[in-house]
Amino acid sequence: MKIKVSFILNGLQVTVETEAHRRLLDLLRDDLNLTGTKEGCAIGECGACTVVMNKLAVNSCLVLAGQIDGAEIITIEGLMKNGALHSLQQKFIEKGAVQCGFCTPGMIMSAYALLLSNKNPDEEEIKEAIAGNLCRCTGYKQIIEAIADSEI
Amino acid sequence: MNDSFSIVGKKVFRQDAYAKVTGQAKFADDINFPGQLFAVMVRIASAHAKIKSIDYSEVINDSRLIKIIDHSNIPGNKLVGPIRNDQPIFCFDKVVTPGDVICMLIGENVDDLNKLKRKVKIDFEELPVLNDPLKSLEENSPLIHPEFENNLIIHYPLRKGNIEKGFADSDYIIEQTYRTAFVEHAYIEPEAVIAIPQETPNSVKIVGSIQNPFTCRKVVASVLNYPLANVRVIQAELGGSFGGKDDTMNILSARAAIGAMITGRPVKIKYTREESILESYKRHPYILNYKVGAKADGKITAMKIDIIADGGAYSSMSPFVTWRSVVQATGPYEIENVQTDVRAVYTNNPYTGAMRGFGSPQPIFAVESIMDELAIKLNITPDEIRRRNCFTSGSFTASGQKLEKHDVNLIKVLDTAVQKSGFKEKWIKYHSLQEFKSLEHKNLSFNDADSLILKEQDYLNNQNYLRKGIGLAVSYRGCSLGAEGIDAAAAYLSLQNDGSLFLLCGLSENGQGLRTTLSIVAAEVLGLTLDKIIYLDQDTSLIPDSGPTVASRATLMGGGAVKNAAVEIRNRLEKLLVDEWNLAGDAVFTFANDKVKYFGGGAKEISFNELCALAYKKGISLSAMGWYKGPDVHWNEETGQGSAYFTYVYGCQVAEVTLNMATGEVFIDNLIAVHNPGRVINLLGAEGQVYGGVTQGAGYALWEEINSEKGFIKELNFDQYLIPTAKDVGKIKPYFIEGRDIYGPWGAKSLGEPTLELTAAAIANAVRNAAGKRFFNLPLNLEEIFLGKKLKAESLNRGSA
Repeated sequence: MKIKVSFILNGLQVTVETEAHRRLLDLLRDDLNLTGTKEGCAIGECGACTVVMNKLAVNSCLVLAGQIDGAEIITIEGLMKNGALHSLQQKFIEKGAVQCGFCTPGMIMSAYALLLSNKNPDEEEIKEAIAGNLCRCTGYKQIIEAIADSEI
Repeated sequence: MNDSFSIVGKKVFRQDAYAKVTGQAKFADDINFPGQLFAVMVRIASAHAKIKSIDYSEVINDSRLIKIIDHSNIPGNKLVGPIRNDQPIFCFDKVVTPGDVICMLIGENVDDLNKLKRKVKIDFEELPVLNDPLKSLEENSPLIHPEFENNLIIHYPLRKGNIEKGFADSDYIIEQTYRTAFVEHAYIEPEAVIAIPQETPNSVKIVGSIQNPFTCRKVVASVLNYPLANVRVIQAELGGSFGGKDDTMNILSARAAIGAMITGRPVKIKYTREESILESYKRHPYILNYKVGAKADGKITAMKIDIIADGGAYSSMSPFVTWRSVVQATGPYEIENVQTDVRAVYTNNPYTGAMRGFGSPQPIFAVESIMDELAIKLNITPDEIRRRNCFTSGSFTASGQKLEKHDVNLIKVLDTAVQKSGFKEKWIKYHSLQEFKSLEHKNLSFNDADSLILKEQDYLNNQNYLRKGIGLAVSYRGCSLGAEGIDAAAAYLSLQNDGSLFLLCGLSENGQGLRTTLSIVAAEVLGLTLDKIIYLDQDTSLIPDSGPTVASRATLMGGGAVKNAAVEIRNRLEKLLVDEWNLAGDAVFTFANDKVKYFGGGAKEISFNELCALAYKKGISLSAMGWYKGPDVHWNEETGQGSAYFTYVYGCQVAEVTLNMATGEVFIDNLIAVHNPGRVINLLGAEGQVYGGVTQGAGYALWEEINSEKGFIKELNFDQYLIPTAKDVGKIKPYFIEGRDIYGPWGAKSLGEPTLELTAAAIANAVRNAAGKRFFNLPLNLEEIFLGKKLKAESLNRGSA
């Protein structure tokens, strides 16, 4: 069954017609060609598909199309403003927080959601915020440094 | 550190970080081609079975199906493998492990294909399942691959000195057996590949999450029966590999290529996490028996080692993985009498192959554990037993190789780690506190006698049960491939007439930061700023075969090739300036910050872009292919003697842990990692390698384990297979001790694998120090420590039961 959903995506109003059982992750990647959001496990364990929905970090593999009507969604592609990197993106580069980069978009979106609710998180708060984002390359240390150094 | 470097050794931002933080980097599944089809795999639920018949009648006429592909569609090799061709692209007579694939369905929609694949009827007859490598070796064991005479994949003996005499001369002998588990690479990006038919007949392009494009090309070409030049493999951005996207990806690429050539359309294969863990290979579980004899002063007189590696269903890299084990099994200790036997064995378990460390983490765990036991027996500290036995310049290894022509600085590495961590004082203090008492649970208040569930005061208020421990481990590691393979690499540098440069290397960016490292090498030689360098994607049709990106060899070999190419171009430019400025032939120039300067009589200067424009105008070639070949090494298969690797690196890690005696939980408070990578090229990247390697090593030490239940894996996703999260590891502090070496760019050698191989051993020794008791089986998870045994799941169903 097809449904029509309207939502704000990276600041722009979007309407898509889709099968009701499809995931937000599929809409972003397949229908809207926003492939910055990654699929790593499809069961909400790895966090590679994290996007910010109504100011909260969510696993887009666990959100169905029907749940996003009227929502405000921000993906990694929506973080830059006027061609400039967001502070989080800049600090991830400077601190060496990126290796293979597959977890990076989800990691940054979890950090972005944290900063939306807590401008000056301490180390434990940062670790808690990204505990649902698995990274196999970096050991997280430089990621934590990058987030601690970022501003919203 | 040589201060005259302009960029080498500094903290340099990654070349590819911008694309990765903005979501623009294109991983394999982010790429699609017009007219693209999908393929899904068909398997049977058996670990060992004879295939009797396959019936496609219920799907063959379905409009959702475009094509079924099985072994009958393979024009070339039906069996592949890096050393022994024993792994089928599609199974035709037998299935030997549950990840095996019988056929694949091609269509436009994956959901439809997943429904259809249940309608393929496969009739099979179950065969006896072998899960224990020791049983596989028994005389009348069923054969997993009947084309071979037994289930032994390989046996490496090593004989040095006289082992009986060595033990007879010793004052103390310790013999112990250690075990390690199957471990999953757990790259966060699951496998994906697309094969695209090309306009030229009988040629195909492969784009995928491929660690080793040249190996992939070789496999695809052999399966399609095409010349190598007709197969073009391009690496997409790779979302982690750690040795894991080799065999699996080569086989997936071959399947996609067959599908593409038969349908005439691009075919994509994309794995779910479950399929990825089911079909991909793992790190070998080892059973390691070590017997060590030593004099009262701590000098080791003999070491006898017997190792059995579970190779699983296919030989894959087992012969090379276990070869590194036989070379390095004694650890970095000079021992006169050594007898080592390493065997890799077929079972019906998931197959095992290359994974970061490559046959070193297992023996290091065993040898470094038994070294601590020896120290305790002799009443000396663990650092001291190592100091009395470890390699120094001119030492001979177990294979009879003299360590020379590089800084054998293990003692300096060890002393740095001991000093930075305050090891000795802490170890003695914690050791004396425990008085060698075993773990005792009698003071704990269980809810009832039969239950191990603790009462609240024990797990929430358990300060009484927390103990501290500190442990260290040391290693030496042969750099690059050693006597296991051909060792050479290529790089292509092309300067443009405006002074910008593009760079291409035959080795791969797997996430480790090779693009940046190699760009730094080129920038240092040519005096370019990094923003002038464009690093091109790896493409087997554009650069010579440089072997695989494995064995921590890319900085050494690729860096050597880039440096050779850059020096060649620089020499041409210098010659041009000598002519232009009428200088003596031996004039010395500096190339830095996009400028070239001459300081001899009458200083002269030219901007790099002007110099390039001038060279272009004069018809001087601005591009060069650099080639770097490692020196020859050799090995005697019968005696295990020879110069295994042309150079080595040394490392020491110290772990400080808190052990909860009430729960068995280990927390890593601090980990100090001291490594000699030869020379650091990018400090930011080098530190990242240490943080990442140590964290993977911590997972290996404490949590990670794939259980094979009659060949079937329970841990098929990250709800069951637990890798470290941001909360799981305390502080990590890297230190680099540089050493002189004649190989690689300015002596840069290896770092990626050394960072991982030591961690589990250091943690295990710290747990020993805290608990006063040795634990012999990785991972040191709650039940291993609390119960002294591993708990096995009773069913393969998801959930915590």
